[in-house]
Amino acid sequence: MKLQPAPAVRKRRGARLEEGGYFWFIAPAAIVVAAVIVFPWVFTLYMSVHAWKLGGTREFVGLANFARLLGDDRFGWSVLRTLWFTLLAVVAPVVLGLFAAIVFNRKFPLRGLARTVFILPMMATPVAIALVWTMMFHPQLGVLNYLLTSVGIPASQWVYHADSVIPTLVMVETWHWTPLVMLIVLGGLAALPSDPFEAARIDGANPWQVFRHVTWPLLLPYVAVAAIIRTIDALKTFDTIFVITQGGPGTASETINIFLYLQAFAYYELGYASAVVLVFFVLIVVLSLVMLRWRQRLAEATK
Amino acid sequence: MKIFRRHLLAGAAGTLAAPAIVEQVGAQSAFDWRRFRGTELEVSLTLSPRGDTLQRHQKEFEDLTGIKVGSEQVPEQQHRQKLVIEFTSGRPSFDVVTISLHVSKRQVGKARWLTDLRPMLNDPSLLSPDYDRADVSAGGLAYATQADGRVDTLPNSVDYWILYYNKELFEQKGVAYPRTMDEIVTAAEKLTDKGRGIYGFVGRGLKNANIPVWTSWLLGQGQETVSPDGRLLTDTPEAIWAGELYKRLMREWAPPGSIGFNWNECQTSFAQGRAAMWLDGIGFAPPLEDPTRSRIVGKVGYGVVPPGPKAHHSAMFGDGIGIAAASRKQGAAFLYIQWATMKANHTRLLQTGSGVPTRNSPFRNQDIMQNSKFGREWFETLLKSGEIARPGLPVIIPVTEFRDTFGIALTNTIGGADVAAELRKATAEFQPILDRSERA
Repeated sequence: MKLQPAPAVRKRRGARLEEGGYFWFIAPAAIVVAAVIVFPWVFTLYMSVHAWKLGGTREFVGLANFARLLGDDRFGWSVLRTLWFTLLAVVAPVVLGLFAAIVFNRKFPLRGLARTVFILPMMATPVAIALVWTMMFHPQLGVLNYLLTSVGIPASQWVYHADSVIPTLVMVETWHWTPLVMLIVLGGLAALPSDPFEAARIDGANPWQVFRHVTWPLLLPYVAVAAIIRTIDALKTFDTIFVITQGGPGTASETINIFLYLQAFAYYELGYASAVVLVFFVLIVVLSLVMLRWRQRLAEATK
Repeated sequence: MKIFRRHLLAGAAGTLAAPAIVEQVGAQSAFDWRRFRGTELEVSLTLSPRGDTLQRHQKEFEDLTGIKVGSEQVPEQQHRQKLVIEFTSGRPSFDVVTISLHVSKRQVGKARWLTDLRPMLNDPSLLSPDYDRADVSAGGLAYATQADGRVDTLPNSVDYWILYYNKELFEQKGVAYPRTMDEIVTAAEKLTDKGRGIYGFVGRGLKNANIPVWTSWLLGQGQETVSPDGRLLTDTPEAIWAGELYKRLMREWAPPGSIGFNWNECQTSFAQGRAAMWLDGIGFAPPLEDPTRSRIVGKVGYGVVPPGPKAHHSAMFGDGIGIAAASRKQGAAFLYIQWATMKANHTRLLQTGSGVPTRNSPFRNQDIMQNSKFGREWFETLLKSGEIARPGLPVIIPVTEFRDTFGIALTNTIGGADVAAELRKATAEFQPILDRSERA
């Protein structure tokens, strides 16, 4: 606003007024953005440099919360666990979803019904299905161990053992979200041009060669979109883990989100929790940038 | 708020001169329950059978006093969070609130979020002559009294930890009820039959939830986790002994996966006849005697926790009901918490198995004893546990951090970690948290 127009350019008298007038049009959006995005953000920053205990005191501590995070083993492990969980919870649904999409892209009887049944898990409420899974995981009385032992496979301890808890949670996630990947990839398949396939067939390519050299490269951008969506979802998974294990046994499934929740709403350490939020945010931004660059490179390569 | 109360007291003193008060006490019906009629009260209850009881009979209070009550029930964990957040805001949305004494007592007491009830308890114009303060158990009253003497809740119900046992399994194996804590281990060993999927003992392994199992054993050494002057006693030889007992039972004689069990998984195992002993709160009994949910109806034994090497105690938990200090309806709120903890409501608690009341009179009621589905043994265990009860959790502010930190250590021992090392590590980790909480 302080900028002086160059003397040579003489503005009409109305120009400034118009600028002012336009400003009022963006005001509602600006207020909403400020209230629901900027303010919480600035306030989180503010909290993160305080030792802020709900129901206790608040004192300025500078970067002490971040220093504490660096030395906090429990936090360090939660970061590694989050990455491990995310990796598994992206790869498994993407592989299965891709496979399912290729199957459902073929014509077979009752295909519509089969597709509908396949996407049903996606419709379910995470908390409700988490509770059902919990019952099925009971090592003595759950239906899963009954099924395993009835076909001669030794029983598993599922979420009740530190070594099997994360793969088991990933299994629930996979069951829940494979349909989403399938839908995205199926949409991609439908949009593919038919001529490369015809050309490949004329050249005598077998089905595997068609998939490897025609379908896969053409489909990759869609798979990348699915992978990005899954990554973001997997990083922020909370409900499934919290309902089924609350981060246990011990801290074996305590991801950043669970750690964060406990700090803020069980220990009422708002300052420390805000510092975790900031670190988590940076982590998500970095991962998203990596994925987006990857997607961009794909897009350029296929051009 | 203070001015308002003073107004009330002044008004009361003006209308009821001292001799008149004596007369009022003589003629019990003359106590004026309706002096706050027309007031609207907000009541925030923890979701539980106790909360249900109060809501179910709310109309009775409204008819008696002419006060309009709006009440809500919030699940335990969320309720604890809600009250901390609302009290911190300075303007809680409720006038009356129930708290878990074993979790929130020190926090609420230190922050002075609740009204000190002593002046009102001693005010004959506010306390009905029917209230009978002498009937409230000494233990319950002590539990609801803060270290500095403030009484900021009226005790409502308690829960004692007992040892449930499966009589049928005990008979099959010819095992007698253990007379000491060490005998629990030998009994568990004899009762375990892994081929049939039956285990001698089941208890909470899930971090946080598992703490009372350990503190129950620790009470057998006559020791709590924090000394009266606030020192941590969590890595003493006694605490390590209790941790070893916990580890041994959970690792060798408990069902696979019990590392992640909370009370509900334990209850399922026990109710399906897959565990011979279960250490948990006496309040979890009702489903065990419900034929639709249990395979062991009529075979459930209720035993007092056996004595340890040095002492004999039962871990105690409890809840109280208090008035938000920021509420401007102190008098009406006091009538509500008074009504909530009167004989009629406490008798209902015991009758329906909704909780263990903190009054003595319901236990002298022969009708309840005879008609209860729980039988004599349950009542006897209840009464005996009450006589030897001690708090199962330390009275500190960061109870949740305490339960998480030591809960993780205990869970690790089930995984095979060394008990002494884990407890020392957890103690070192928790000490600064405790120090910080008291400094603030």
